[in-house]
Amino acid sequence: MLASLLGNPAVMIMTVGALVGIAATLVGTFLVLRGTSMLSDAISHSIVFGIVIVWLLTHQQSGPVQIVGAALTGILTVFLTELLVNSKRVKQDAAIGLVFPLLFSIGVLLLNLYAGNVHIDTHTVLLGEIGFVWLDTVTLGGYEVPQSLLSMGAMTLLNALFVGLLFKELKLATFDAALARALGFAPGVLFYALLLLTSGTAVAAFDAVGAVLFVAFVIVIPSTAYLLTDRLALMLAIGVAVSIASSICGYGLAVRLDVSIGGMMAAMTGVFLLLAFLFGPRYGLVAQARERRRQRHLNESRNLAVHLYNHEGEPEQGEENVARALREHLLWSHERSRRAILQALDAGHIQRQGELLQLTATGREVAREILEPGRR
Amino acid sequence: MSLAVLLNDYTLQNVVMGALLLGAISGVLGSFAVLRKQSLLGDALSHAALPGVCLGFIIAGSREMGSIMAGALGSGAGAALMVLLLTRYSRLKTDAALGIVLSTSFALGVVLLTFIQSMNNASQGGLDSFLFGQAAATLRSDLVVMAAVTALALTLVALLWKEFKLVCFDPGFARALGMPVLLLEVILTVMIALAVVVGLQMVGVVLMAAMVIAPAVAARQWSPRLEVMVPLSAAFGMAAGVCGALVSTLGRGLATGPLIIISVSVFVIASLMLAPRRGLLWEAVSRLRRRLRHQQLLTTLHRLALAHGDSHFRSEQGLLDGYHGTHTRSAMKRLAQRGLVARHERYWMLTDAGHEEAANILARMEGRVT
Repeated sequence: MLASLLGNPAVMIMTVGALVGIAATLVGTFLVLRGTSMLSDAISHSIVFGIVIVWLLTHQQSGPVQIVGAALTGILTVFLTELLVNSKRVKQDAAIGLVFPLLFSIGVLLLNLYAGNVHIDTHTVLLGEIGFVWLDTVTLGGYEVPQSLLSMGAMTLLNALFVGLLFKELKLATFDAALARALGFAPGVLFYALLLLTSGTAVAAFDAVGAVLFVAFVIVIPSTAYLLTDRLALMLAIGVAVSIASSICGYGLAVRLDVSIGGMMAAMTGVFLLLAFLFGPRYGLVAQARERRRQRHLNESRNLAVHLYNHEGEPEQGEENVARALREHLLWSHERSRRAILQALDAGHIQRQGELLQLTATGREVAREILEPGRR
Repeated sequence: MSLAVLLNDYTLQNVVMGALLLGAISGVLGSFAVLRKQSLLGDALSHAALPGVCLGFIIAGSREMGSIMAGALGSGAGAALMVLLLTRYSRLKTDAALGIVLSTSFALGVVLLTFIQSMNNASQGGLDSFLFGQAAATLRSDLVVMAAVTALALTLVALLWKEFKLVCFDPGFARALGMPVLLLEVILTVMIALAVVVGLQMVGVVLMAAMVIAPAVAARQWSPRLEVMVPLSAAFGMAAGVCGALVSTLGRGLATGPLIIISVSVFVIASLMLAPRRGLLWEAVSRLRRRLRHQQLLTTLHRLALAHGDSHFRSEQGLLDGYHGTHTRSAMKRLAQRGLVARHERYWMLTDAGHEEAANILARMEGRVT
């Protein structure tokens, strides 16, 4: 059973894709919430440098040494960026954009020069080869386990442990760094640990999705979740769900259209983000438009109540408090005044007396609350 | 290969001209982007060019520069619009919006790229080179398109110079003057997409971000004036472009993009170190000189006090200025802050701590001499 699952390329590819998404979401959520998600872009580019250096030194293409060594390059990127910013010569965004292209360039050139016989060429650097993850296996407990599955599984577990054990601390440091510092936590150290894990995840995911597509998993999936909920735990859960969905849909579409699997998985995260952006229950564009319309209608009926109240009992009441006056004096369209009157009738704010629109006690209360707030 | 042969080499001429064009446009437009704190927008726009390149290729059916550039410009503008929409109409912050647009459009580009490859089109060759750039593949006809785009962008900057300057430094004031600020910002953003389009062939979409940022950052170190910074930035961009492109053409097999980025990074590091007043080395030197001035003043006061046999001897400000041949007021004030001298109207005297410090300095100097 397990052996047949492990031997099934489609299952392996989708599992690795989902694991990349899940591991990336666990760390990416906090980066997105802190507003430092572009650091993940910088990190995922500059680990290319680290991977090449580690390979040149140890001739190891994967495994813990590779992950730790290359992950340190990610930290180096962040450190250099902060160094530039602290020199007060360069703004934060420009500093990010200066450091990672340099490291990435050196990495690519070293590849050009020395890597005639390595599995990583410049094409893989960018795109990864998730379609081939099931080819590169190691034997573990009698089973042939794909190397990528192993490293991604380990990184996912590590990230989950980190987030699970330090959930409260991470939450505090993300939303109120000043309070965290005052309480004696070290939000800076926590943040660096988070970035180290991000780099490690990027390295582990490198074979599968490459340097640039990894960014989609780190930033887009947590952003999608962020558009759907306000609760941190729920955000992580939604992120996991979106990761799995992107992986399965991406694989299916890619196979059908005969295109890059990793690229399609990353593109699917974008599709989910777009869906959340448009149809999110509270922050989606459609929900916002509906809320605005509700507000507008509410305003109309309140407006009507105030108008009627102002002229109630006055000599010109017969001329003002009729449907015609709404069109001629308030310059409302036929449609609008009709809607407002119907709404007010439904809500019991007014009643008809022939042509005259008469406020009820409730309607009078509404108008009074607007005109003289606080008078009870 | 002698220099004359080198200069007559067709490929080399194309490469140098392409590098010059790229340096000019990215240097000029990058200055505005960096000053408006939109450096990473260049990163997003350059990655977003990839789907446009592929679409242009699919529509034209061949590797024709005009349609590829049009596609890149279109998708770049679309990406910029998407960033704007996401930041304005959702709760996502700018960094997330940039990251989203960058990564998803790149993913889309990768999908299209593999789609083209699966079509098994014979003319697809070289589409990969847009990832990292391949200067040697530049054709004369490509150069014409690149030159036209550069000329258009530079003319726009020249015509709207005053407006762009104001939008960069004080958009609020520009709005108060009745300038169409939003339109100007849109023009600046779209022009960054233009720079990316020119850089496609030379640097590739992945590293174009640095080409927008780095020359401007280097130039900014040398001058606070936009009139100086923009031409200087263009000069840095052109110099780095030519260096990188030459190395790439001569030593076959090296991608152009990374080489250009390394050259431009060298310019940035040198500028950060050496630029007058702002440079880090400059700062170290001036700190040293300030310390020397302080030491001189202390020992002068100390010697005067010794010569008069009065440890509370008061030296006049003008006398100190004349003795050192320069204004010493600010230096004296700083010494007073450190509690080494005390002030009585226009007179200065050493405190006890000051005498001690001066004696120490003299002792050290004598120790070094003997």
